This record gives sequence, structure tokens and C-alpha cells, in this order.
Amino acid sequence: MGNDQTVPVLSSAVPRRVSLFITCFNDTMFPQTGQAVVNLLERLGLRVDFPLEQTCCGQMHFNTGYAEETVELVRRFARVFGDSEVVVSPSASCVGMVRDHYPRVAELAGDRGLAAEVEALRPRVLELTELLIDRLGTEDVGAFFPHRVTYHPTCHSLRMLHAGDRPLRLLRAVRGIDLRELPEATQCCGFGGTFAIKNADTSIAMLSDKIRTILDTGAEVCASADNSCLMHIGGALSRQRAGVRTMHIAEILAQTEERR
Amino acid sequence: MSAARDEILARVRSALADVPAAEQPDDVVVARDYRTSDDRPRDELVALLCARLIDYKAQVRQVAAAEVGDAVSQACAEMGLRRVVVADALPAQWLPGGVEVVADRPEPGAAPGASGLSASELDEIDGAVTGCAAAIAETGTIVLDGGGRCGRRAITLVPDNHICVVGEDQVVGLVPEAIARLAPAVGDRGVPVTLISGPSASSDIELTRVEGVHGPRNLLVLIAR
Amino acid sequence: MTDAARHPPFPQAARVALADSQLRHNLGHATHTIRAKRAEVVAEVPDWEQLREAGRALKERVLRHLDHYLLELESAVRAAGGEVHWARDAEEGNRIVGDIVAAHGVDEVVKSKSLTTEETKLNEALAERGIRAWETDLAQLIIQLGDDMPSHILVPAIHKNRAQIRELFMSKLDDVPPDLSDDPRELAETARRHLRKLFLNTRVGISGVNFAVAETGTVSVVESEGNGRMCTTLPEVLISVMGIEKIVPAWQDLEVYMQLLPRSSTAERMNPYTSLWTGVSEGDGPREFHLVLLDNGRTNVLADQTGRQALNCIRCSACLNVCPVYERTGGHAYGSTYPGPIGAILTPLLSGLEDAGSLPYASSLCGACYEVCPVKINIPEVLVHLRHQAVQRSAAAGGWRGRLSGERLAMRAMARVFANRRLYEAAQRSGRLAQWPLVHGGKIERLPGPLAGWSSMRDLPPVPRQSFRDWWRNRS
Repeated sequence: MGNDQTVPVLSSAVPRRVSLFITCFNDTMFPQTGQAVVNLLERLGLRVDFPLEQTCCGQMHFNTGYAEETVELVRRFARVFGDSEVVVSPSASCVGMVRDHYPRVAELAGDRGLAAEVEALRPRVLELTELLIDRLGTEDVGAFFPHRVTYHPTCHSLRMLHAGDRPLRLLRAVRGIDLRELPEATQCCGFGGTFAIKNADTSIAMLSDKIRTILDTGAEVCASADNSCLMHIGGALSRQRAGVRTMHIAEILAQTEERR
Repeated sequence: MSAARDEILARVRSALADVPAAEQPDDVVVARDYRTSDDRPRDELVALLCARLIDYKAQVRQVAAAEVGDAVSQACAEMGLRRVVVADALPAQWLPGGVEVVADRPEPGAAPGASGLSASELDEIDGAVTGCAAAIAETGTIVLDGGGRCGRRAITLVPDNHICVVGEDQVVGLVPEAIARLAPAVGDRGVPVTLISGPSASSDIELTRVEGVHGPRNLLVLIAR
Repeated sequence: MTDAARHPPFPQAARVALADSQLRHNLGHATHTIRAKRAEVVAEVPDWEQLREAGRALKERVLRHLDHYLLELESAVRAAGGEVHWARDAEEGNRIVGDIVAAHGVDEVVKSKSLTTEETKLNEALAERGIRAWETDLAQLIIQLGDDMPSHILVPAIHKNRAQIRELFMSKLDDVPPDLSDDPRELAETARRHLRKLFLNTRVGISGVNFAVAETGTVSVVESEGNGRMCTTLPEVLISVMGIEKIVPAWQDLEVYMQLLPRSSTAERMNPYTSLWTGVSEGDGPREFHLVLLDNGRTNVLADQTGRQALNCIRCSACLNVCPVYERTGGHAYGSTYPGPIGAILTPLLSGLEDAGSLPYASSLCGACYEVCPVKINIPEVLVHLRHQAVQRSAAAGGWRGRLSGERLAMRAMARVFANRRLYEAAQRSGRLAQWPLVHGGKIERLPGPLAGWSSMRDLPPVPRQSFRDWWRNRS
């Protein structure tokens, strides 16, 4: 859309090893997403490591206005992943935080050294679908998932990472899948981090319309590349006893005939 | 000059403390890699202009240059105009027959300093006949520059009908081309410019577009080939 | 006291607005319609991104050298026979306008739409001096007759339907036929007749300004209805009020903005009428022209290096039309002349966070606004920047209460946890343990305290027994 902060591509070669940044959120609440990422990447022949010192990218703090508190988290991230060839994460919003906002945090901290570390790290931090499509050149990951699925492209994926249709291309290649287009897909689901708490009424109003479009597809599963949005969407689907479940795209891509 | 002026300028300068003193306005780079000229052939531009004018609810006809006068007369008859005002320097061969042509001059007994018909007098006039300064094909826009052929701004504003003659050599493709054409007259003589794209409209009531709120409800463009 | 200070904070105001089904319906329909039209008409333009970048860069040039351009504009307007006045704040601006009107001995003026004069509450100030200001923009007229507040920058009466407008005309205007229907065409015709009398007879007109060209002293009004032309052409005296940020450097630069604005605002290739006048033209139009340059907080915005880009705004309202928050809450919920995404940043920057502190949080940061902004204002960036300022303010100003606010304590505690692996892993474990009273049937349906907003409408999955890192450690 023309608002890119151009992230220089260091290399388009297949990485020998990827470091997984699971995100604090997935680590604690959605470990199955992390497991799926590991299984998927190993199936595709990659070696995956998981630096245990990782915690949180600082997005929630930064977006809520606690920039000072974010600095230490940025330092930590840069330290933990500084030596990684490639960092992959199943969270478009966290990858967006690193690539788009880390330079600003370093600037606010007045720390030139940190700014340089961040600059070097940014191009190496990829969201899962970016890794698969851009670096592995793969659309068909050998997945099997015979269910009706609709895909919600999150705001961070669309407008920060400009992931475009990468996730859809991956899903289309899944054998057995019945993929339904989500109407008004680019509409925000209303999560917005602390927005869901501070402006709960408006958040719910937005969520109601997102739920309606999901239910209109008749899908059994709503997939996305961000568990934060999925927790919000899934929370309402569950409350409404709608009989529709949410899954991270990694969990679908990890499924094969053998491993379900 | 005034305390307010001094204070505002001081505030501005203080607000811009981060801008290096040596930086000049033109040091801020403005990339002008948008389209500034249109190479399409004239016929295509004229066709596009017609299509765009129609899209915005103006009427348009192409006529041979020699037949403009007849076309204006015919238009006046069709639109039921009895009294029309014309731009001061409208070419004589464009003047319509069969209607009362009123010059845009102050009536006897007009207020001192009046330069033309008063607003109330214009309100009694059925329509205006003018030329133009340019026409923009891409946007279906007629450009008036207050000059002899266009007339005072009031004459194309108050009467309910406007017949505008556009010479085919006055048609440009893009907005930048029209702006460039106007630059000398605005820069040197400060002429008043009006851009007209279809009759007036409002979408204020439930977003329903309604034409002709103020300003002429009927715009007829004659393109002289 | 500003509008915003009198007004309930956004979450409260939004709750009320969200329940207004007519507003939701009208506004939802309006925004979705114009959103689609805008996308279509922008897609026609092959150099749209280049135009956007030029639009942004030209504003950067003006703002970084605003003193230079203000002086150039003043000089050019005066050379063309106009007078220039400077107003530090709303009160001064209103006083200047009132003085000019009073000096001509009139008690009635016609006004074309000007958000700036709404910001300064010019009409009220003139009324106090016995001067009646007639709004002539159809929607503004509707708002004025109904003693209402505009709810959208471009279509301010969008919250009113045709039946309500008919009611208003019947009760407030003279000479309205008793059998007036609610057909928009008839309603517009009624307004036209009412206003025409005013246009033809009023000696003083007041307008806003869309763009002021520093190089030539040219001032412009971009409009659809023709009332702007009426107000700026027929009266003897014209007063135009502009915010100091409305400058463009040179005549040529209009070629950029006259493409960006119409397509972004009304989703047209070009709006019906644009008037561009330079000072006074002998024999054509007003004999006297006054340009009022208004600060009223704009220099505050200018001083904020991140917030400064908010002054790029050309008031197109494209951001309002794509905002998922605005489309549901409408403009009134923002309590300000400027609603929606641009309002959420401009209002706090102009009037201060004390008054408008809830506005920067009235956003899910979805970024749709930034995508459509013709002058590339990075609204999400400024929102986060203002949130940062709000947090710093509340810490500094609030004394011990500010420093120990619940949110601040929680945020600092979490930051400490995230800064230390052992604390982090311990927190994961304790979360898992502490949740057991909340988990029923495999989900959490009720959360305590401030988190209740979540669970009012959403379930929460329980924290799984095994974290990802537990699983990872076990497999190796």
C-alpha cells in the first residue's frame, strides 16, 4: 500500500537453522501453536532451536504507552536473538513490533548501540508464512486437513507486514481443505490489545460483525496467523456456543494424514 | 506589526527548534514523479472529456467551430431561455439569436462602483453563455479564469443555466496541465479561477446525491472542433 | 473549557452511541458506501502513491518552514489587495471577525462551511454581538436549525434521516409548503429557496480555506453545493478564516492536492466547484478581502515532532470512512470538532491531553486510516506516541496516586517479570495454579475486576497445564 518501512532482505537462501520466537502469549496460552510450528518446520527439513531466555517482545507495553518499560524488553530480545540466522514467529503482531517499532524504542532510549543491533536484526525476523513462502519457496507443505475453514487476515498481517495472500496460498494447497472466503475480511476484529479492555463496548461491536461474517461462511474452523485475535474471536464463538472453533494456521499446516 | 503576529511567529520558530538553521524550504525533497503530461491524441481526450462530463450530469455536444453560434441559439431554445447574459469578450459569432442578450454592465441607477449586473438582476436572467480557459478531460472539469471569455464569476453562478464553449485546443488531459496553464495569469494578474465539474450537488441527506443546490442546475458544454 | 473537557470520556460516550440503532445503521451504510467508492476512484489513478508521497512531502516542506511561508503568504495576499489578520486563539479570531462585520454595520452574514470556525465557535461569538451567522452548507444548515452538533467532517448531518430533516424544515423555516415531502430532492430545493434570498442580499460573507498558496496569495474553497461560491463571490466583503497549517508552497502544488482531495473525500474525480481567488479582483467579486490566520493550538502540534504530521491533514475524512471504531460510534462520541482517527490525534495535540486523554485509546490500531490518508499521516504511530505522553503525564502529575495507579503497577510488574526468565516461568506456573477457581467446564467465563470487560461477552481458554517451553524441554 505504499507505507512500507523497507526491510532489506539479507539473503533469500534457505536458512540452515531457524530460531523460534514463540511469543509470551503463545508460550503460555497456546503451546499447541508452537508445537505445530516446530513439527511443520522439521518436517520441511529445517533445524529449529528455541532460546529459552526469550520472554516477550514488549508490544503490549509499547502500544499502551509504556515505552520506557519496553526498552529492557527490546534489549533482551536483541541479546537473545542477536546470533540467530533467522528468527521465525507465529505472530504477525509481534514480528510487526520488532520490525516496525523496535527502531523507535531504541531511539527513545537514546541508545545508538541498541539501534544498530535492532537494525541488523530486523531483516532476519520473519513471520511464519513469510518464512515458508519467501525463504523456503513453498506453498504446498504437505498438509492434510479435511474441514471447512475460513481465514481472518489480521490487521498486523495485512497492514504492517503486508503479508498479502501468503497465508491463503498456503491454505489453498492443503489437501482436503474446503476453504471459504471470509466476507469483509479486512475489517478489524476489534481486539487491539488493551483496546479490548479499555473500550470493551466498541470492541464487542466490532467483534459481533466479525463473528457474523465467520458464521456466514458456514465454516467449522476460523484460522488466522495471530492467536491474540483468535482468542478474542474464539472467546465470542465459545460464549455464543456457535460450534465453530479457532485454529492458528500453523496448526492446520502441521496436520498430515499421519499426524492429526 | 501586531502583537499577535509577532507572538505567532515566535511560537512557530520555537516549535521548529529541531529544524537546522541552515535548512532551506527547497532542501525538503519533493519527488514529482506523478503524471504531469498526457500524450493521448486530441480525439481521445475530447472523447474522454465528453464521457466524464456526462458522468457528472452535464450535457455535452461537439460542434464544428463555425457552427457554435447556431448551437448556442439552439441550446437556448431547448433550455427555454429568454434572457441570457454573456461574457464581455465573447466572440460575436458565438452570440445566440432568438434570445435577449443582456450585457454584463451595470444598469442605470446602479450603486456606484458596480462593475456589472447586480446579483438581483442576475437572478432575473435565465442563463449565461461563456467560453472557458481550459477543460480537463480526466476529471470532466471546465476551468474559468475570470477573463473576457469567461466573464465575472457571478454570471456563471446566479443564473440557473450555463452554456460553456470549449475550444478543442483548450482540452488538456490532466489536472497538472491545467494548473500549469493558469500559472501565468494567476501569478501575474491574480485572476480568480473557478473549476466546474458538473452542476452543483449535495450528498448531505442520507448520502443521496441531489443535483443543483446552488449554482446552475443545467450545464451544457459545447466543444468546438 | 474546551468541548472535549465538558464531554464524557470516549468509552462512556461510545457506549451510549453504540446503542443508537439509527446512527449505527445510517453511519454504517454511509461509511461502507463511500469507502467502496473511494477505493474505486483511487484505483483509476495509476500514480496515486506518487501523488500521496508528494502530498506528504509538500506538507513537510511547509511545516518545517512555516514562518517563512506565513510571511510569504501574508505578503502575497496584501500585494493582491487583501488584508491579513493574525489570531493567537479562538477568542482573538472571533473578535477580529466580529470587528470587521460590525465595522460594516451589518447584523447578518452568510457562512460557507468551515470546520475552523466551528472549532472557534465563531457563530456563538457573533451571536453574542447581535450578529446572525447563517450557515449555508445544507448539512450545516440542518445542524444549525436543529441546534445540533456535526457528527462527520464531510457529511455532518449523516446522523439525521430524511424524515427528521423534513420535520426540522417544517418547524424552523418560513415559507415551507405544508405538503413538503421527505424526498431529498424536495428538501434540497426548500433549502435552496431559503438560502437564495440570503445570498443575493447579504453584504458580508465568511468562509473557511482549503488551501492557501504562499507564492501567489491564492486562497481556495473546495465544495460541492455552490454555497461556497455564493459566499465568496456575491458579498461586498469576504472574511476567510484559516488554520496556519493550510498553506501550500506554490501554485503548482495545487496540482497534487486537487487530485488527492476530491478522490479521498467525496470519492469523485473532481468536486463540483472549486474557487481560487487572489486578494481582490477589480470588478469581480468582493471589494474587500480579509484573511484571518489562526493558531489556536497549532503551534503546539507543530512543536511535537511526532505529532507534527497531524497538521498535514487536508480534511478529506477518508480516515473516518474506513475506521471501524468511528463507523460504530459516530462523531459525537469524540466530543470534538474533529472526530474519528484524525480527531483522536489532533484534538489532544491541539487542546492537550488533560481534556482529551481518552481519545488516543479510542483505537484498535488497525491501521486502516493510515492506508487511505492522502497525505500519509501515520495515525497509529501518533496514537501510540500520545498514549506514551498520557502515561508519562499521569505519572508526573498524579503524585503518588499517579505513580501507583493500578494499570501502571500491573504494567511495571509485568515488565519486571518479562525481564527475568525465572520470574517469567514462575509467573506462568502461578497463573496456571491461580486460575483454578475461575475455570468451569474447560473455560473461564468470568474474570474479576477490570478484566470483566473481557468476560462480559467472551470466554477465555484456561492456561494449559504445559507451556510451550515445558514441552520443548521435555522433548530434548
